[in-house]
Amino acid sequence: MEAAHVEHAGINLKPSARLHEESPAEAPMEVGKTVGNIEVEDPIFRCRDVDVYYGEKHAIKKVGVDIGKNQVLAMIGPSGCGKSTFLRCLNRMNDTVPNARVVGSIVLDGKDIHDKKQDVVQLRARVGMVFQKPNPFPKSIYENVAYGPRIHGLAGDRVELDEIVHNSLQRAGLWEEVKDRLAQPGTSLSGGQQQRLCIARTIAVNPEVILMDEPCSALDPIATARIEDLMEELRQSYAIVIVTHSMQQAARVSQRTAYFHLGDLIEVGETDRIFTNPRHKLTEDYITGRFG
Amino acid sequence: MNKPRKTPQETQAIVESSLRRRYWAERRFRAYGMTAIVAALTFLVYLFFVIFSNGIGAFRQAEIRVDVFYDPAVIDPSGMRNPEDLHAADYQALIRASLKTRFADVDGRAATRELTRLVSGSAAFALQRNVTADPALIGTTRSEWLLASDAVDLLLKGHIERALPEAERPVSDQQLAWVDKLRAENALALKFNKTFLSSGDSREPENAGIWGAVVGSFFTLALTLLLSFPIGVAAAVYLEEFAHKNHWTDIIEVNINNLAAVPSIVFGLLGLAVFIGFFGLPRSAPLVGAMVLTLLTLPTIIIASRAALKAVPPSIREAALGMGASKIQMVSHHVLPLALPGMLTGTIIGMARALGESAPLLMIGMVAFIVDVPKSVTDAATVLPVQVYLWSDSPERGFVEKTSGAIIVLLAFLVVMNTTAVILRKRFERRW
Repeated sequence: MEAAHVEHAGINLKPSARLHEESPAEAPMEVGKTVGNIEVEDPIFRCRDVDVYYGEKHAIKKVGVDIGKNQVLAMIGPSGCGKSTFLRCLNRMNDTVPNARVVGSIVLDGKDIHDKKQDVVQLRARVGMVFQKPNPFPKSIYENVAYGPRIHGLAGDRVELDEIVHNSLQRAGLWEEVKDRLAQPGTSLSGGQQQRLCIARTIAVNPEVILMDEPCSALDPIATARIEDLMEELRQSYAIVIVTHSMQQAARVSQRTAYFHLGDLIEVGETDRIFTNPRHKLTEDYITGRFG
Repeated sequence: MNKPRKTPQETQAIVESSLRRRYWAERRFRAYGMTAIVAALTFLVYLFFVIFSNGIGAFRQAEIRVDVFYDPAVIDPSGMRNPEDLHAADYQALIRASLKTRFADVDGRAATRELTRLVSGSAAFALQRNVTADPALIGTTRSEWLLASDAVDLLLKGHIERALPEAERPVSDQQLAWVDKLRAENALALKFNKTFLSSGDSREPENAGIWGAVVGSFFTLALTLLLSFPIGVAAAVYLEEFAHKNHWTDIIEVNINNLAAVPSIVFGLLGLAVFIGFFGLPRSAPLVGAMVLTLLTLPTIIIASRAALKAVPPSIREAALGMGASKIQMVSHHVLPLALPGMLTGTIIGMARALGESAPLLMIGMVAFIVDVPKSVTDAATVLPVQVYLWSDSPERGFVEKTSGAIIVLLAFLVVMNTTAVILRKRFERRW
């Protein structure tokens, strides 16, 4: 099953020009024919034949891709293409959506995350998530960061917890700004600070993978730049998957890029290659700004 | 279809011509709103005025000052200070003797009886209590303020027309003269009515108190809150956060909404049949009353709590789950604290309704005439609205102001309860 996709690697499918322009719904898109190399060496996540249904709607179709350690995978594509849906499969956040059904294999470190033995709470501790809108808890800054370690019992005592909070805020580049007001509500921070607080909160539980769902879409360019710098740093310790609408951002922060279109994973590859030499017509149209 | 495009001037003219009508509509709508508010306020003020002007008298009570000689010959002829003797003594005789000393000109049995009728029949018990508390009083003379009879009380408060012929009023000409004499000597006055606020019900208006009903209401409502809040919140949390959405939950939801509209007396019948008839719980008890009122308030609390849970932003849930919180952690750490103010609002509404309910409590016997102040939730008791109902139904003129007085106490109870709840809610309120 896992080898089924290898044959497509590197093959440039014949682009169908009217596919997207006239009526994308009728596009005779072949499912599972992802262009580019979906594999990486020693991946942390190995996803194969992932289908997601929301009731009758087939949201993503036969998606297969590897997520490498210590690198950023950017997922781009027009709205409603399924990139967020796929992201939410990786920590089983789709479990919370009524009528959502996920099939296929998503293997984290050799173990299928849909395995009965895989506990969803443990999975989410290993695969953290940062959301589109900054959503700090309506608690103090300290409590926001301390929440994860607290529920997972990561800190033995108060001193250790203080240290985790300090380190996490430091790594998220927020420490200097909030060190004097840790007791103030997290919601009192600016949008960009709130998002970095959410990142600090996520790394406080020491995950292996961080999922980011358009983390900068609600932020101004300066706050965005800070988060992008942060991602580059975090990449040294974590695997990062980011969904973004900004191709510039994808180009800046990621090592690999995946292009989604109407629930299909069209093309995956090295970011440099995707943006300079896209092999699929749809990818090319999207990154050159002809649609999307 | 193909009308020529309007020029900007034409468009403007059209807009301008409609402006007057639009502003007029707005002004009219404001006027409607103001009228409604003024009307509502007028009714409210009138209501309060009537209740307070009628009920304020209940908090004052006529008392007569008499120099009482605690006659050892009457109280303790044996001189043994035996508690049983002291208890059983004829204290009415003391009052009779004191009044006769005061009005030395009164002679004959009929006149003496008329004279003693100025004082309430319960005044003797006050003397008895005095002696029991301090036997050293025996043999001394002390000036005592004794409770006047309800007729004297009404006369003093102006509820009895002096102009009426003697046969048509409850006080005789002779009594009128005594009252005026006492009044002139400052030996008859309206005093703060401790009895009203400290004792239970009575057949005599001057002895009737609201405290029994207050305590009954307190027991009933405290127990109602204790039962309905946890059950209601748990039900709402389960339905909203844990239950799978299928036709079973739909049916439950529809039925909860229906229950909120069921007439309250039906809950009373249910309580009578189930709690008293089947489970054999005591009649007239706050325990059963609370269980019935719990059934009554549960739908309100569940509906309000579900609305409050729905109003918690989904992003908070996602954030908690994304951190690896289990579902129960998500609910108890994040969703519940945010939904609590809304849940409390629903509870306040439910409790206010429960406080005002009388119909279902009539069914389970909380309408009984109960003199003792209840000491536990299984003692026979009545509640404030039922007490209002009982007094309003009593034939004695003296109960008219008691009825309004009871309403004032009921309103005060409501205000205290709601203020506490609002303060509590304020404390839990958080921004996000």
